[in-house]
Amino acid sequence: MSQSNTFTLDGKTIPYSEGQTIIQAAMAAGEYIPHLCFNPEFKPHGSCKLCTVKANGRQTASCTQHPAPDMVVESDTKEINDERRTLLQMLFVEGNHFCPSCEKSGNCQLQATAYQLNMMSPHFDQFFPDRPLDASHPDYLLDFNRCILCSLCVRASRDVDGKNVFALSGRGIKSHLIVNAKSGRLADTNFSGDDKAAHVCPVGVILKKRVGFAIPIGSRSFDEQPISATPHPQGACPVGPRSNAATLPPHPTVKDA
Amino acid sequence: MLNQADTHAGYLDPILIRHRHNANDLLQILIAAQDHYGYIHSDAIDHLSGQLGLPRSKIEGVSGFYSFLHLQASGEYRVLFSDNITDRMLGNMDLMQSLCSQLWVEPGKVSEDGLLSINTTSCTGLCDQGPALLVNNIAINRLTQERVNAIGELIRERLPVSAWPAMFFAIEDNIRRRDVLLGSHPKPGSALAALLQQGAAETLQQIKISKLRGRGGAGFSTGSKWELCRDAPGEQHYVVCNADEGEPGTFKDRVLLNSYADRVFEGMTLCARIIGATRGFLYLRGEYRYLLEHLQAVLQHRRQQNLLGDAILGQADFNFDIEIHLGAGAYICGEESALIESLEGKRGTPRNRPPFPVTHGYLNQPTVVNNVETFAATCLICLQGGAWYAGIGTETSSGTKILSVSGDCERPGLYEYPFGVTVSQVLSDCGAKDTQAVQISGPSGVCIAPDEFNRRIAFEDLPTAGAFMVFDRSRDMFEVARNFVHFFKHESCGFCTPCRVGTSLLSNMMDKLSHGHGSPYDFAEIEKLNVLLQSTSHCGLGHSACNPVLDTIARFRPAYDKRLAHKEFVPAFDLDRALSQARQMTGRDDTGAHLERSHE
Repeated sequence: MSQSNTFTLDGKTIPYSEGQTIIQAAMAAGEYIPHLCFNPEFKPHGSCKLCTVKANGRQTASCTQHPAPDMVVESDTKEINDERRTLLQMLFVEGNHFCPSCEKSGNCQLQATAYQLNMMSPHFDQFFPDRPLDASHPDYLLDFNRCILCSLCVRASRDVDGKNVFALSGRGIKSHLIVNAKSGRLADTNFSGDDKAAHVCPVGVILKKRVGFAIPIGSRSFDEQPISATPHPQGACPVGPRSNAATLPPHPTVKDA
Repeated sequence: MLNQADTHAGYLDPILIRHRHNANDLLQILIAAQDHYGYIHSDAIDHLSGQLGLPRSKIEGVSGFYSFLHLQASGEYRVLFSDNITDRMLGNMDLMQSLCSQLWVEPGKVSEDGLLSINTTSCTGLCDQGPALLVNNIAINRLTQERVNAIGELIRERLPVSAWPAMFFAIEDNIRRRDVLLGSHPKPGSALAALLQQGAAETLQQIKISKLRGRGGAGFSTGSKWELCRDAPGEQHYVVCNADEGEPGTFKDRVLLNSYADRVFEGMTLCARIIGATRGFLYLRGEYRYLLEHLQAVLQHRRQQNLLGDAILGQADFNFDIEIHLGAGAYICGEESALIESLEGKRGTPRNRPPFPVTHGYLNQPTVVNNVETFAATCLICLQGGAWYAGIGTETSSGTKILSVSGDCERPGLYEYPFGVTVSQVLSDCGAKDTQAVQISGPSGVCIAPDEFNRRIAFEDLPTAGAFMVFDRSRDMFEVARNFVHFFKHESCGFCTPCRVGTSLLSNMMDKLSHGHGSPYDFAEIEKLNVLLQSTSHCGLGHSACNPVLDTIARFRPAYDKRLAHKEFVPAFDLDRALSQARQMTGRDDTGAHLERSHE
């Protein structure tokens, strides 16, 4: 019974099964709805709001909204894409995102989604928050400047790794990522490069050390094809073929960088 | 080396035992733990983490969410000036500045000797007797220069707050107009006796007949809510009273809890009987902590009278008790799903809905969440019948509504009216003169101008949670809106992008206008933000964050026009203002330390 259920996404008929949300059904049918905090491997969260669609005329996050039979879902419209672009601009000005010097450039879902939606400028005044780096861990670097608070690392560490290395603290515009250590430093947690949490960041916060720019800018995931044509975004794929971190052999561990 | 955590076991273990080492009580445990040092010591987190089996990151994450919890030393005396617009109108900023100079401390910073900190906080619910402040979370009203001087002296003498003059803490009810709710005094237990006599099903029927709607503002049918919850499958059902009265300008629940607490608890007990709950919570906003002992005493008295606890009024199958949970300075916890998260000891982030609390509430069990005033009203209905109640008010808004009147009027306080009362009637009763505007239901409600004063307080016209703030013609409505926008920025939970960033952007835009850099371009930007926040925000806070600006632009355009110094866009950035930090650091403020400004 549940298999026969369908809804329409921008006029196309999309089948869905019981329990699927709109974006899950759309992705299964090969349709792209922009998203950042959603990752098919994790329970939907619904915070970035990039995946907002109009379902039967009412705007809602497609990652948490379940479809109903014959629901009319609009996604790729000027109105919704304009709003998504503004949400992206908000994320860009809220943190410190300098794509040209960022190691994640070309593999970054925020950047790729901005290209996808033709974001030409950040539009709003930059907030320029003061967010120190954490380079304490021998193998990984945390650059909080790029955090978009999607909480994928929080969910991965808690639900997959069973470690709770990451958490969100603060409130409102002061919300920020913290790590599970009295010192506040990643080196003092039980974080490991083998953790799922090490590989889910859609932007450039959690970076492996000593492999920077191993694949030149221009030859990276989203340089080759837009995010809408990339079935498994780089961030969702721990050591996938396009992950630049995976192309080099593991580097011997060195003490505190 | 001795485990540092051991030194904290002494004061933490009794707290943990009191809460049965239940991690769902984390917020309550943290609030109690903070009392020891005035902040939550880092070593204390080690102990709590071990004892509760929670990661440190979770404990820090929860602590970081609530304004009244501190992870760093914040002074032996933590002074927070209430910063609602009504406090501003009564001169709170000058008083705060005066206390700061008196005690040599900058707002928002801890004094060098660690003695105190002074800051602002969102509305503390004392708008009818402001300006107000909280000192170590205890409320002081009616601030004057003399009172502030005295407070400075008491802090300098390091006298414990418990030994300060009682008159500072004499919070008044200020009930100005009583109707059926505030004017009646049924004997505690009488509504419960009526319920037992007529039966739970019939009582629910009476509540449905009464057409009572939720008094928190949204107006959902109380009878339907209780029925849905009763019929929802679950291992346990829960009753929650939302006393997180955080909407600026609202203070009716403070009075109901102070002088009508029996009625509120009795309403919760009626609900428990109807939906089959054995456990209830009153979620009391941290600003009302001074009411806690009183409320505990009322609960205790009710237990002694067999109106609470096991076998209530001799009914073997009627067991119900109420716990009080404190909030800790987070407006968003007034949103029912965020409140439930907070009750479960988490960050107060609103949940994805559906499912709604009636089926998936506290611990994912069916839960009724109602406002303080709603529960109080159910007692009346139980005693006098649904038809009687439905006969009061209007067709679609039955009963009475308590308004919290503050601002420019002679007699601020509580006014209870049957629904349908006009704004002008209220203004005349409270002695408001030369009124320019009324903010109905707080910043998230609507701001109306004199040509709308014939409108009515009712769900079908002006729905309200109770706030009624009056502004006379001397007030600058732009500054009113700017205060509200700062409030939303401070209280956004930060979960969703549009609200987290949008409230900051809006706040920056209002500051830009205030600094004289505004142009029509900025109006268009505000409109655009409003559409986005309305359509994509996760909850009502984001949906309503632009209301104060849009309402005041629509009705009080001149207040904005005088700030539109430019016809064409100008950037918000001001180089001279950006140098203020450098001036402060070098201690210079002479002409040479300023840029030459062409427009001056």
